[in-house]
Amino acid sequence: MLDPDGDSPVNRRSLLALPAILPMMPSAGFAQQATITGAGATFPRPVYERWGQAAREGANIILNYQSIGSGGGINQITNRTVDFGATDAPRNEAQLREASLIQFPTVMGSVVLIVNLPGVADNALRLTPEVITDIFLGRITRWNDPRLVEMNRELRMPNLPISPAYRADASGTTFVFTTYLSRVSETWRNGPGAATSVQWPVGNGARGNEGVSNAVRNTPGAIGYTENAYATVNRLITTQIRNKAGNFITPVMEAFQAAASAADWTRPGFAADMVDLSGPTVWPIVSPTFILLPTNPVADRVAGSRNTMRVFDWAFRNGADAARRLEYIPLPDAVHAAIRATWSQVRDPSGTQVWTPSAA
Amino acid sequence: MQQSVSLVAKPRGSSGAMGDKFFEWLCRGAGLLVLGLLGAIILTLFIGGLPAFQEFGAQFLWSTAWQPVEGRENYGALVPMLGTIVTSILAILIAVPAAFGIAFYLTELAPQWLRQPVGTAIELLAAVPSIIFGMWGLFVLVPIIQNYIQIPFGETLGALPLIGGIFDSNNFAGTSVFAASMVLAVMILPFIAATMRDVFLQVPPVYKESAYGLGATRWEVMRGVVIPYTRISVVGGVMLGLGRALGETMAVTFVIGNANRMFTSVFDPSTTIASVVAMEFPESLMGSLKQSSLLALGFLLFVISFIVLATSRYLLRSRLK
Repeated sequence: MLDPDGDSPVNRRSLLALPAILPMMPSAGFAQQATITGAGATFPRPVYERWGQAAREGANIILNYQSIGSGGGINQITNRTVDFGATDAPRNEAQLREASLIQFPTVMGSVVLIVNLPGVADNALRLTPEVITDIFLGRITRWNDPRLVEMNRELRMPNLPISPAYRADASGTTFVFTTYLSRVSETWRNGPGAATSVQWPVGNGARGNEGVSNAVRNTPGAIGYTENAYATVNRLITTQIRNKAGNFITPVMEAFQAAASAADWTRPGFAADMVDLSGPTVWPIVSPTFILLPTNPVADRVAGSRNTMRVFDWAFRNGADAARRLEYIPLPDAVHAAIRATWSQVRDPSGTQVWTPSAA
Repeated sequence: MQQSVSLVAKPRGSSGAMGDKFFEWLCRGAGLLVLGLLGAIILTLFIGGLPAFQEFGAQFLWSTAWQPVEGRENYGALVPMLGTIVTSILAILIAVPAAFGIAFYLTELAPQWLRQPVGTAIELLAAVPSIIFGMWGLFVLVPIIQNYIQIPFGETLGALPLIGGIFDSNNFAGTSVFAASMVLAVMILPFIAATMRDVFLQVPPVYKESAYGLGATRWEVMRGVVIPYTRISVVGGVMLGLGRALGETMAVTFVIGNANRMFTSVFDPSTTIASVVAMEFPESLMGSLKQSSLLALGFLLFVISFIVLATSRYLLRSRLK
């Protein structure tokens, strides 16, 4: 007590430590709440955020998701700087093996066309794949083009120039939409092609879903594409599209679900192709979004890997309603079981399986 | 003289000499740091862009392709380069006369009580973040251009021979090279106007009064006395604005239409280097040709800025003396 050098450093240190402890106090209240970090796709961001909030209580894990884009997500998980990566475009088998990753889907989403045509109601305009491609190729330039008038006899098609709008930022939504265009048109496949950003022959680029919808709202005669979730929440004017079976389909949950049940999930990496499926009632532009997880997590990321699987296991069992409310389509239960089976490939440095069903 | 210096220095001892040395190295270090940083950035961009330069060679400079599809990737820098240069030059053409008018009014014509508030307002305008200009451009300016500028201009000027094509466009979304130039002009206006006003105020009153005494009008004083006296600083202010216009990203992205294809009309959409890099970088895979091309674009932006600034200095060199 009398010796000032003996006692005071301890006091000082404990004083310094106090503010550092304070922020951790709430989490200390729960039994060891862990944080996992993921990065990547922007397409599923709303549903991952909702699941993250719910999993905080449900699975006792804090999910920190950075929607930096699929490319960024792939970069980060390849460098192992995050616990999981997320991508909209599936990686093929060779790419997955090279980076020692497994891939599994979480939810499906759909892309819809939005238009700004005075006097045309929601889901009233009918479009065929050929007409959509020709609009985005710049071959149909006015809304009163005979081909458009022909398939929309009950509508009064205005004499307006068509202003296509697209995503200026490279995005998974663009990947899904251009995949559809490449599927239905050879000209598109050999021209602009399918990628997260392409060289558009006509139109204006805007940033993000909100940019595209704003461009469409401001310009009479504009047409663009966004995620269905975005179009629904903002009450945008969507269109019907003729599917492969030849029926005009309205973008509603039943049509998306029809596509989901027609998908083939047995392909490697669950890379189910859901674009332009042949069922009579399917919406033609639907796509799953994927998680990338290392098969060989480094020692200090083993816990993060295990917790990632716990969060998604929890979300598969409890998150379907939340996903549906956000206009995403949950996966069938059989796919969930198959995904859990692939998690056995994740091994820690000593070779033991990281995921065991009891770990949940 | 020599003696008196040593007499003054003596009582302060050796610490003064040490301090001088220390301060000299501090200043030298600060100067070298800037050079070193600049060199390091250029080098990083060049090394990052090297794979693209090797893949496409000099063709990268004049190719209009921007094809990120896997398997047939092909990138060229011509469209973003032209977009950058054209929007910046148009912005300067719009902003400089306006800035001159503001500075002339504030220093010569405006009543005393108005000068301070307007001067402060201009400085405040310079502090507005660029994203705000982008939003203003998108929500206010673009619809105005769409409805009231493009259509009348297109109809009347589009019929002119030779230059008619510059005003005639099939793009009706309003986001265009013209919109980007307008937003850029508004953004760089305060920089140029504030610099001009400050340097106009530096002109010794006796010069101007002499000219007025000889019966010169205000405009003659401006042209014959103020501008020759302040030419170097005025050019400096314009260069500052041009530099900002060349590198501006967010505001331009909002209003330019982001179309990586050749534009023939000022009402066509286009893109700029900074805008392409900002839009495409998050989705580029590490080590991919796309990322390398984006870094190469960054390097080219550096080169363009350097060339533009060096050329304008050179052109004005003789008159600056």
